[in-house]
Amino acid sequence: MTPPPRLSSVQMARFVARGFLRFDGVVPDDINRQFMAEAGEIPDAQDGVRIRTLYGAALAANAIPEVPAGTPLAEAYAPGSALARLLALPLVRGAVESLMGDRPVFDHHFLHVTFPPAYHAAGGGENVSQHTHQDSTIDPRTAFDLQIMYYPHAVTRPMGGTRFIPGTHLRKVSEVALGRYQNIRGQQHMVCEAGTLLFLHHGIWHGGGVNLSDRTRYMFKIRMHASGPQTRRWDLSDLPPQGQGPGPQRPIFYRKSMLEADTVATVLTTPEPWFEQDTGRLEYVNRIRLWRYLSEDPTFDVDYWMTRLETGPV
Amino acid sequence: MSGAGKPVLRQKVLVLYLANSALDAPTVAWAVYDGTGKTLHMAGDADEPPYATGLAALQDGWRLFQAAQLLPHARGEEFDLAYLKYEFFFEQLVEIAP
Repeated sequence: MTPPPRLSSVQMARFVARGFLRFDGVVPDDINRQFMAEAGEIPDAQDGVRIRTLYGAALAANAIPEVPAGTPLAEAYAPGSALARLLALPLVRGAVESLMGDRPVFDHHFLHVTFPPAYHAAGGGENVSQHTHQDSTIDPRTAFDLQIMYYPHAVTRPMGGTRFIPGTHLRKVSEVALGRYQNIRGQQHMVCEAGTLLFLHHGIWHGGGVNLSDRTRYMFKIRMHASGPQTRRWDLSDLPPQGQGPGPQRPIFYRKSMLEADTVATVLTTPEPWFEQDTGRLEYVNRIRLWRYLSEDPTFDVDYWMTRLETGPV
Repeated sequence: MSGAGKPVLRQKVLVLYLANSALDAPTVAWAVYDGTGKTLHMAGDADEPPYATGLAALQDGWRLFQAAQLLPHARGEEFDLAYLKYEFFFEQLVEIAP
């Protein structure tokens, strides 16, 4: 089999800095249609029938399998199924291998269905968005899991696609403890064409949007973890040698020209709109630490954020 | 429950998260909870803050009733980040029809 295209260093730096990579419309329509058929139809809203009842029946009846946690990802889906075909796409294989290394392991998956107002009215529930949260629980690791969000049909803004806040993934929080934050500067809402994939660091803050349209919205999530090293798995051809010190450094603060865009250094030190003025600098430190881990280069630095702290008396 | 002739009040709460501990620092996150029930706010319902700073909220009549403390950083945990740091709670008391 031809090796799939690996992520570039700048793409990896974007994932390290912002916690996501977005690939619009990369899943072919025949896979999208096959997936929707395998996911099954949700019946129309019925007076007195709760969404939970409809949802549970639909999950039980559809063709998407139950998969035990710990299953090799390569064995999670039957050959020829929509999800097996999706994971075999060269772009997906290359991105997964770049982030997870060889032989990633399945953690869990879920079919997220967000219902239009008529279902809430009929079932007696309230139609509101999901509180912003970080998945799983407090996770102190440097290593990370990958969550692939798959949008099998087009999502419009009224359909309330996944909301996520770039750059929040390195914060160690406890699931929905942060639910108090209704809105955060820089938050993004997934509005996309069919076949779009969102690759997320497990720590990114996110939540389902409220569906105000007349169409039921589907999103399928797959979580996986590495089974071995997840370091230096991307296309390393443009990286300088490891362990050569912090590398060529740029002038700091006092600069007479614009920074070069789309370099690892620039990507790792680009702030998000929600950054606090002091802790934004700690975000840079934590991004540099993650880059050191992934590149296996404990001397890497940008703008002296680490070197300044590590330099002792000569 | 209210006594005869007394106004019936409900609390509206505004939470602003600012870029530093100064009340005139820019807003980076926010939430609104309306105890009158006239409006319903929820996650993701606005991409721009209701006030650019905490001071702007004061100037519009909101009363500050709680501000996050400034705490020293524990040794060994200086770079650990979790929740937003500069949280300010404001309120308005609104009279509603009895």
